[in-house]
Amino acid sequence: MSNKQKSVGWDDFTSALRNFHVVKVMGGQDIKMRYKRSKMGPFWITISMAVMITTMGLVFGNLFKTNVKEFLPYLTLGLITWSFIQSSISEGCDALISSEGIIKQLPVPLHVHVMRVIWKNFIIFLHNIVIFPLVLIAVQKSVDWTVFLVIPGFILLILNLTWALMILSMICARFRDMTQIVLSIMQVIFYLTPVIWMPKLLSHSAAAALLTFNPLYHLIDLVRGPLLGEIPMMSSYIIAGVMAIVGLALSIVMTSKYKYRVPYWV
Amino acid sequence: MAIIKFENVGIDFPIFNAQARSIKKNFINFATGGKVGQHDGKVVVSALNNLNFEIKDGERVGLIGHNGAGKTTLLRMFSKVYHPTSGSATIEGDIGSLISISLGINQEFTGRENIYIRGALLGLRKKEIDARIEEIIEFTDLGDFIDMPVRTYSSGMQMRLGFSVSTIFTPEILLMDEWLSVGDEGFKEKAETRLTNIINATKILILASHSNELLRKTCTRILWLEHGTVKMDGTPEEVLPLYFKSNIKKGDLLTNT
Repeated sequence: MSNKQKSVGWDDFTSALRNFHVVKVMGGQDIKMRYKRSKMGPFWITISMAVMITTMGLVFGNLFKTNVKEFLPYLTLGLITWSFIQSSISEGCDALISSEGIIKQLPVPLHVHVMRVIWKNFIIFLHNIVIFPLVLIAVQKSVDWTVFLVIPGFILLILNLTWALMILSMICARFRDMTQIVLSIMQVIFYLTPVIWMPKLLSHSAAAALLTFNPLYHLIDLVRGPLLGEIPMMSSYIIAGVMAIVGLALSIVMTSKYKYRVPYWV
Repeated sequence: MAIIKFENVGIDFPIFNAQARSIKKNFINFATGGKVGQHDGKVVVSALNNLNFEIKDGERVGLIGHNGAGKTTLLRMFSKVYHPTSGSATIEGDIGSLISISLGINQEFTGRENIYIRGALLGLRKKEIDARIEEIIEFTDLGDFIDMPVRTYSSGMQMRLGFSVSTIFTPEILLMDEWLSVGDEGFKEKAETRLTNIINATKILILASHSNELLRKTCTRILWLEHGTVKMDGTPEEVLPLYFKSNIKKGDLLTNT
């Protein structure tokens, strides 16, 4: 029985990967949709992100009395990566609910709806990352060979988002107030995670130790570190890798268990 | 080869009210041993039960039954959206559905873009659509409108677009809810021909309908559903007169009282 159940979730996951063209078409549609009637097109996202980074860079750079040359690239990557995670999660909560029409008519794998959200936000991420080279020019810095390490880091981030969103989207489809709860939690995590502040500013050693337990800190660092010319800590890779494996296993078991109930929930 | 085999199939589904949809309320119930909140507001409806039948290649099956008898639920089971909660349902063969032909059509996009979106939902790859896009566009009769956003279309034009994409390939199992009738006179004829061709080429047809004439003309077998179970299963000649007679009787009763 448990063997059979496991294969339902696994099949769902793999057939979503096999049908990735559907994910691309639907995610791309979401992007185009937002900018259909605007001349600037998708670069509105980039502009608003750039404005936010500049303001926050000025304010927090002053508050923390940090070196702008160091702080600005750090903040840029932090905010861009965070906004990728944050909007993936907030849209991911509604991934199944908003695909109700499709779920009730076609047997499309559930992972497709989740991957669609990640794909869309990945495209937005690519738009935003354009700001980074500009910031580097502004502060006259360059990247190292470590920049290539961003690839495994990003893959780990996406794997972790996939399972987290799959689980969240199912819970949110069943319990409609869950989305609100998740959004409030994310707001809190934003301040607990070094996005706008640097870990080295923590004066208390216990606080720094607690940071190790924040999974998002590791995930963000795996993307941010390499681009800043730092090699992420080995422990971050291990934590992210273990989380990805355990998480995927969990989400696949959960998909097996609840996949057939989702059409009644949405 | 396509086959549909149902053995003791039943399906129950939960219907939630606002209480049961809230994780906070559920948590309070759990934490207080379920005594503080009212009952959990979960009602389980048995939509289909004890279904036993086998549909083989070449059969044209008509589904009849009053509203709420379980036709839509059964169609959703055939399309693999719903899965049985008891018994076993085997459905082999690729499934095509003409139930909601405008699913996935996005108002802001042009007709051409929508063909790709709808095509992807139907499982077609970009290359496959590329190869047939001209044919699809020609069939829609939309002319220059194909490169205009769908929101500028009339509802008939939208139906034509949906129909043209949905019918580009012939599935082994075809599901339909009533006969599709789209567009104006000229288009209707074309659509009718295409629909008839598909129906003739598909291996299994499942058609839910309330039309005596249509069922008699198209089907070789009728499943009569009532209260979620099969009341009668037989040839149109056997079942249809009984079904429509029972309907007329009820109608008489209504007019009498």
